[in-house]
Amino acid sequence: MSNNLPAELRYTKTHEWVRRNSDGTVTIGITDHAQHALGDIVFAETPESGRALAAGDACAVVESVKAASDVYSPLAGTVVAGNAALADAPEKINTDPYGEGWLWQLTPADVGAVDALLDAAGYQSVLAESEE
Amino acid sequence: MTQQTPLYGQHVALGARVVDFGGWDMPLHYGSQLDEHHIVRRAAGVFDVSHMRAVDVEGSDAVAFLGHLLANDVHRLQVPGKALYSCMLNEHGGVLDDLIVYYRGPGRYRVVVNAGTAAKDLAWIRRHAEPFSVRIAERDDLAMVAVQGPKARALTAGLWAAAHSAAALALEPFFATEWGGESGLFVGRTGYTGEDGFEVMLPAAEAVSFWQRLLAAGVLPCGLGARDTLRLEAGMNLYGNDMDETTTPLESGLGWTVALNTPRDFIGRAALEAQQRSGVPQRLVGLLLEERGILRSHQSVHSPAGEGHTTSGTYSPTLERSIALARVPAGTGAEVEVDIRGKRLRARVVRPPFVRHGKAMISL
Repeated sequence: MSNNLPAELRYTKTHEWVRRNSDGTVTIGITDHAQHALGDIVFAETPESGRALAAGDACAVVESVKAASDVYSPLAGTVVAGNAALADAPEKINTDPYGEGWLWQLTPADVGAVDALLDAAGYQSVLAESEE
Repeated sequence: MTQQTPLYGQHVALGARVVDFGGWDMPLHYGSQLDEHHIVRRAAGVFDVSHMRAVDVEGSDAVAFLGHLLANDVHRLQVPGKALYSCMLNEHGGVLDDLIVYYRGPGRYRVVVNAGTAAKDLAWIRRHAEPFSVRIAERDDLAMVAVQGPKARALTAGLWAAAHSAAALALEPFFATEWGGESGLFVGRTGYTGEDGFEVMLPAAEAVSFWQRLLAAGVLPCGLGARDTLRLEAGMNLYGNDMDETTTPLESGLGWTVALNTPRDFIGRAALEAQQRSGVPQRLVGLLLEERGILRSHQSVHSPAGEGHTTSGTYSPTLERSIALARVPAGTGAEVEVDIRGKRLRARVVRPPFVRHGKAMISL
C-alpha cells in the first residue's frame, strides 16, 4: 500500500490531488494510491482548455490495461490546459503521479475552495477507512 | 464465498493483487500486467488455471456420448493424446461452454471446462449422460498450470526425468502425454495465449512444489490480467464475453469448430442447420482502433450495415494499439465506428488473430 502523500497538496475522497500554483491556477492529478490501484495506465483523456467545470464533474478518463476510470474535478473553474504529454506517455501517471503525470490545470472560480479540500492527514484517514 | 486454488498461498506470498474470478480468488497480476504480458510473448510465464475443471468421461459409450454432447466431432480423435476444441451447445444452438477434450485411450476422455460454468456444465453433462454407459468423474483433486511463451516448453521439460521430458518435448501442437497414472502428470501442448507452451495437470498436493520449481527455473508468475490481453491478441474467444447461451458458434467466429460433415446427431445441430439455411445474421470480427482510445466490451459499433457491439476490448501491449472482438451484422464492411463515451471513433475490421508467436498478424 502506497503512502506517498505530499504535505503541500490537497486531496479528495475520489483520489484526486490539487496543487496551488503561484499564478493563481491549480494543477490536478490522481494520487499515488489511485495509480497503484489502477495498474499500468495506457491511455488518458484530459479536458480541453477553456472548458468550464463544476466541482464533481467527470472531466478526465484514465485507462489502465484492465479498465477505464473517471477522474472528477475537485473544484469549479475554467480549464487552462490538459497535459498533452500524456498522449504519448500515459505511463507518467504511474511513474510520477504528482509531477509529470499531472492531468489538467484549472483557474478555480473560488480559490478559497482549495482550503476546503482534504489535507494529507484527512486523505490518509479516507484511505485507512476504505482498507477496513 | 469464494474458492481458492492449491496455489492461493503462493499468489499471496508473491504480492499478487487477488480478484474474484468466476467465484475463485485469483491473481490479477503480481505487480505489472504489462510486464507479465511481454514475458509470455518473449520468454516464459506461468498461470495458475486450477480454477478450470477437468472432468473424466469414461466407459463403453464414451465416444457415442461425447459425439452427442459436443458440436465438434470426437470421432476425429484417433490417436491417444490428441486434443480437440469444441463448443457444448443447448438445443437452440446457444453456447453453454467452450472446452477442450483429450482422447486418452479407447473409452477414456478428459474434458476441461471453464471455472464460471463448471457447475452448470456438470449438471448438463450428467443429465445427458443418463442413457449412456459412461462414468463422469469431476477431477477436483487436480491442479492445473499453463506455462506459456517461446521458452516455456524447454524450461518446463527441464524439470522432469529424461524419458518424460523427451516425451513432452516431442508433442505436436494440440497433443498431450501423461505418466504416473491417475495421480501422475498430464501434459498438453496447448494454451490460451497464442504462444507455444504446456498446460500441466497434476495432483493438487504437488502443485506448490511444481510451481516453485518453475519459478526457480526462471519462469515468471503471470496473472489473469495478462492472460486476457494475451488471449485477445491471439484472437481467442472468452466464454461469457464473446459467446454465451444466446449466441451460436456460427455467430461467434467458431464455425470451424462445428462438425456438420457427417450425419452425427448432436445437441443443437438442428438449430445450427436452420440458422445456416436462413442465413447467419451476425458475425464476430476483429477491430483495430484507428484513433486514440481504448476499446472495451459493450461499446456500440456502427456502419451502414447496422449496429453491433464489442464483446471484448483492450489495449494490445504487443501492437501498442487498441483491439477488440465485435459482433456485427453479417454485411458489415471494412470500416466501422465505435462509440466510446459518446464519441464515434474509426476502427478497421480485421481477421483475428492479431498476434501469434510474438508477431503482428495484421497490418497496423
